[in-house]
Amino acid sequence: MSALDAFFRIGETVTLGAHTFGAEEIKAFARKYDSQLFHVDEEAAKGTLFGALCASGWHTAATWMKYNLKHREDAGDPPWQGPGPRPEFGPSPGFEKMRWFKPVYAGETVTFTRRAINHRALATRPGWRLLVLISQAFDSKGDKVLEFESSVLVKTG
Amino acid sequence: MTAKKWAFEDFTEGMILDLGEKHVTAEEIVAFAAEFDPQPMHLDEEAGKASILGGLSASGWHSCAMLMRMMCDSFLLDSTSQGSPGIDYMRWKKPILAGDTLKGACTVVATRASASRPGLGLVTVRYRLLNQRDETVLEMQNSGMFLRRGAAA
Repeated sequence: MSALDAFFRIGETVTLGAHTFGAEEIKAFARKYDSQLFHVDEEAAKGTLFGALCASGWHTAATWMKYNLKHREDAGDPPWQGPGPRPEFGPSPGFEKMRWFKPVYAGETVTFTRRAINHRALATRPGWRLLVLISQAFDSKGDKVLEFESSVLVKTG
Repeated sequence: MTAKKWAFEDFTEGMILDLGEKHVTAEEIVAFAAEFDPQPMHLDEEAGKASILGGLSASGWHSCAMLMRMMCDSFLLDSTSQGSPGIDYMRWKKPILAGDTLKGACTVVATRASASRPGLGLVTVRYRLLNQRDETVLEMQNSGMFLRRGAAA
């Protein structure tokens, strides 16, 4: 296994942490960014397909990022045993195939994971690589509530 | 629900909807990043300038949230929306920097009735946000679920 594969933990599912989505925090996020009734009003949510107050999908996704970074901070930098400087994470060009499988209802505790799939050199940016991740989140029953495939630029030169 | 302006049957392929404008401030970039994405280029002007993003830049997740706000204000809150099963793709094409003014539009690319739920349909829409220099900063495609006019959830 290459030093980069080890650094990125290629193929390994990493548990990032768990978060309980309280009603007030669901509503606070939604009032700012996604104020559809089922995200801001318990009573009105009963008359929608969701049937109860649930978190905006963007709230769930942004919270994945929060725990992704928190995990990096708490666990310390992954060991770097390659030559040259330690790789540095940069920005992301985006994501695809995001699925919100199930609503995250108020009070639900969600566990976030990340799995690095592969990485490749970027022809357009010498010294940078593109790392592909598949990330998931599960509710307290173990049901998948979120999945997406994202990529992130990593400076390796 | 019937009082809403936009129901499933009101969306037709090729229809273009304006998303309005959104001015992006340093304060909101930092506030969002502090909670969800506390990386230096989203928290600090100098760190942003030193990064390949070239300035204090909004978290990509913040840009998703800003787009969602624009969607809500332009049509979603006045619609029969019942949420979305997900996002086909989200492309962060260029950094969104403090002081930028975003504008955008979206195009309906497909509509189809739900096979499993009568009264419900899926509308697939492509979104694009531009900055004040008319550079595309974000592209997204997703499907939303909408009730037919008069249908109950």
